[in-house]
Amino acid sequence: MTTHDDVVEERRNFLYIATGAAGAVAAGAAVWPLIDQMNPSKDVLALSSIEVDISVIAEGESAVFLWRKNPVFIRHRTAEEIARAIADDNAEDLIDPQTDAERIQKPEWLVMSGVCTHFGCIPLDQQGDFGGWFCPCHGSHYDISGRIRKGPAPSNLPVMDYVFLDDSTIKIG
Amino acid sequence: MKNINIKGLLATIVTAALLSSGANAATEGAMHPEKHDYTSTGIFGKFDIPSLQRGLQVYTEVCAACHSMDLVAFRTLEDLGYNEDEIKAIAIEYEYEDTFDDDGELISRPGTPADYFPAPFANEKAARSANGGSLPPDFSTLIKAREHLSFFPWATVYGEDYVVALMTGYHDEAPEGFELTEGLYYNDYFTDYAIAMAPPLFDDFVEYADGTPATVEQMSYDVANFMAWASDPTMQERKEMGLRVILFMIVLSILLYFTNKRVWRKIKKGQDIDPSQL
Amino acid sequence: MASDKKYEPTNPTLKWVEDRLPIMGFVYNAVGAGYHVPRNLNYWWNFGVLAGFMMVVQIVTGIVLAMHYIPDITVAFDSVQHIRRDVNYGWLLQAVHANGASMFFVVVYIHILRGFYFGSYKSPREILWFLGIIIYLIMMATGFMGYVLPWGQMSFWGATVITNFFSAFDFIPFIGDGLVEWLWGGFAVDQPTLNRFYSLHYLLPFVLVGVVILHIWALHIPGSTNPLGIDVKGPQDKIPFHPYYTAKDAFGLGVFIIFFSVFIFYIPDFLGHPDNYIEADRLKTPAHIVPEWYYLPFYAILRAIPDKLLGIVAMFGSIMILFAMPWLDGARIRSMRFRPLSKFFFWIFVVNGLFLGYLGQISPDDILAFGWTALTYAQIATFYYFAYFLVVMPLVSRMETTKPVPTSIAAAVLDANKKG
Repeated sequence: MTTHDDVVEERRNFLYIATGAAGAVAAGAAVWPLIDQMNPSKDVLALSSIEVDISVIAEGESAVFLWRKNPVFIRHRTAEEIARAIADDNAEDLIDPQTDAERIQKPEWLVMSGVCTHFGCIPLDQQGDFGGWFCPCHGSHYDISGRIRKGPAPSNLPVMDYVFLDDSTIKIG
Repeated sequence: MKNINIKGLLATIVTAALLSSGANAATEGAMHPEKHDYTSTGIFGKFDIPSLQRGLQVYTEVCAACHSMDLVAFRTLEDLGYNEDEIKAIAIEYEYEDTFDDDGELISRPGTPADYFPAPFANEKAARSANGGSLPPDFSTLIKAREHLSFFPWATVYGEDYVVALMTGYHDEAPEGFELTEGLYYNDYFTDYAIAMAPPLFDDFVEYADGTPATVEQMSYDVANFMAWASDPTMQERKEMGLRVILFMIVLSILLYFTNKRVWRKIKKGQDIDPSQL
Repeated sequence: MASDKKYEPTNPTLKWVEDRLPIMGFVYNAVGAGYHVPRNLNYWWNFGVLAGFMMVVQIVTGIVLAMHYIPDITVAFDSVQHIRRDVNYGWLLQAVHANGASMFFVVVYIHILRGFYFGSYKSPREILWFLGIIIYLIMMATGFMGYVLPWGQMSFWGATVITNFFSAFDFIPFIGDGLVEWLWGGFAVDQPTLNRFYSLHYLLPFVLVGVVILHIWALHIPGSTNPLGIDVKGPQDKIPFHPYYTAKDAFGLGVFIIFFSVFIFYIPDFLGHPDNYIEADRLKTPAHIVPEWYYLPFYAILRAIPDKLLGIVAMFGSIMILFAMPWLDGARIRSMRFRPLSKFFFWIFVVNGLFLGYLGQISPDDILAFGWTALTYAQIATFYYFAYFLVVMPLVSRMETTKPVPTSIAAAVLDANKKG
């Protein structure tokens, strides 16, 4: 007389393992679209790079552009500002040490994200103790190279991928 | 159980047959379009890329004068085999007035790949006014709106068949005894045989970039294929995935069949029943 | 049925959880090895689980689609196209949800007809049957509102026609006159209508889940009936749900998914209407307003009655009459396997139902066989539909000569295998 438990205990049977494995594959394949659909859709990704005309930005001025729905700061730096930025390359109080050269392609053009690395507010231009930017939310000070110098932000304003298509056009992203 | 199976099967067939008949608005009061072959139909349907490119040319050079295609973005032309630079070159030909200068005035800007095909008319009223009161339908989903699927292959009318028929179905004059309203054109395949659109295609109306002779039949076939892509750009991906899914599910079902059989093996015939206990 | 043994986990952590919230024991006794079920269930019994599976599929795909759909009349149609074209796997999720609605109804119709044939609605399962009818009604409301959301021509005009049904009730004092405008939130189907249909379309499936839980609970009191229609007489008539029916249901699910996949991947628009690929236009009525296939028999019944109010009464009545079935059917034997005359009329009922479905999608003026109009045929078919419940079933069930019924399920299994 067989018991029902005998059947349940035939676990090591290859057929059961093969079926279980195939079933797991099916379940995984079914779940993936449900997760991936939350990733940015194609129309959102289409706007993932922008081309910016920088010829309109005069020396000593900054402009803000929207890239991936977030602000990007582009500053046309004066010679004095560039010198100041380089001078602080090895300052002892750099919270996130980085030289100015590591953050730019052409010294007169500073191109970086305008989102404070603390909790995401937008820093104010030409304010703060370091002649750069100041974030009013929690008091982070960034210098003329966008480096965090004082305050709670943990890292410098991020520099994203960009290329000069020509002297007056930058492609961001 | 055997009896029920046959009846169940019969019921299924009858149901499917009944589900498939039913009026098709596109061909009512008109001739039934002939069927043609398309690479996109059937289980292994694929897009005919050269035909799609020619169809795009027909659309932009002929149809776009009156027909919008609001939901198709230039970036999706990647499906037609164009690379990023080619798509940028296509997009930049179009102007969009959707930004403001510093005085708040509307200014125009060139198109980018993220933009959609612009509409030829500012709004519905402008479209109707330029077309004798009729509204040229948008192409984005038009092929799907004109198809009639049937359980019986001979009764199926694909939207492409309808477009080809329509393009080639014009007569120079209405037949004897037919009262054609002023401003309409006689067409074998449009409802009640009278359509407001003037024949849009003539031989060699377009000079194909790939050198294919541009007969009316060829242009209508190409633009129909293009419209089918525009209405259902994921068709090929869908059918390819379908093949993998169904083959996999057949394998899994076979495994489940044998699993089930093995699970029931020891009790299926009542081997575990003790007759003395009944 | 109560289980024979209490579930005791051996693992100490699991035992700690089980002592505080006996969820594992609950599952064990509900669908696991602790739940015992007749041993002779055939594949017609798979359809309940398939219905539950489709309910989950619809809810999951629906929630995910709701992350992208926009219930605004100016962009609703475009948002569905955005899902199909731009959202990752959006085309797949939309095809599963749209075809899933049809699959849900296919499975439920077969499940209901199984109930007819095998007498599942008879005592002591009457409330189980009532809950099933309520599930069906909720499904119909949910499906109707869901179809409006893409805001195509059929969405809009289907909504217009169905909501206009309620104008037949304008004779009711106080509320009758404003009933349809109350439904619409305006003077026609418009933005307010779309918004509230979206809200309710999201809500009702969760109400459905609650009713399904009651439905399964009501089932588990007497347990499932079986193809022989006889009660369980002893422990040898039953086997544990797991692994026997979990394996059988898994196999049935695999086959069903193949069937479902054919629609999703190869003919995703077959069960829909091409006019729904045209954006809604309130100034242009389509040549034929046709509801989705699962409503067609009732649409045919509605149109068969020339009077507006009586047509609506007949249409609702055709579903309400199901509540009376446990009493209309007076047979002392449940299963039509042993009731040949009932079986005969049942199959005519099924074919008649399919015929009504066919009539629902053609024009009542169409001329069919013998030169009669579709309307005439619809009236004959509607007559048979009601006559089946009100005349055939009460009389035949009480008067027919039945075939002899096996003594017990286990005995029947042994007999079947002696011959084999």
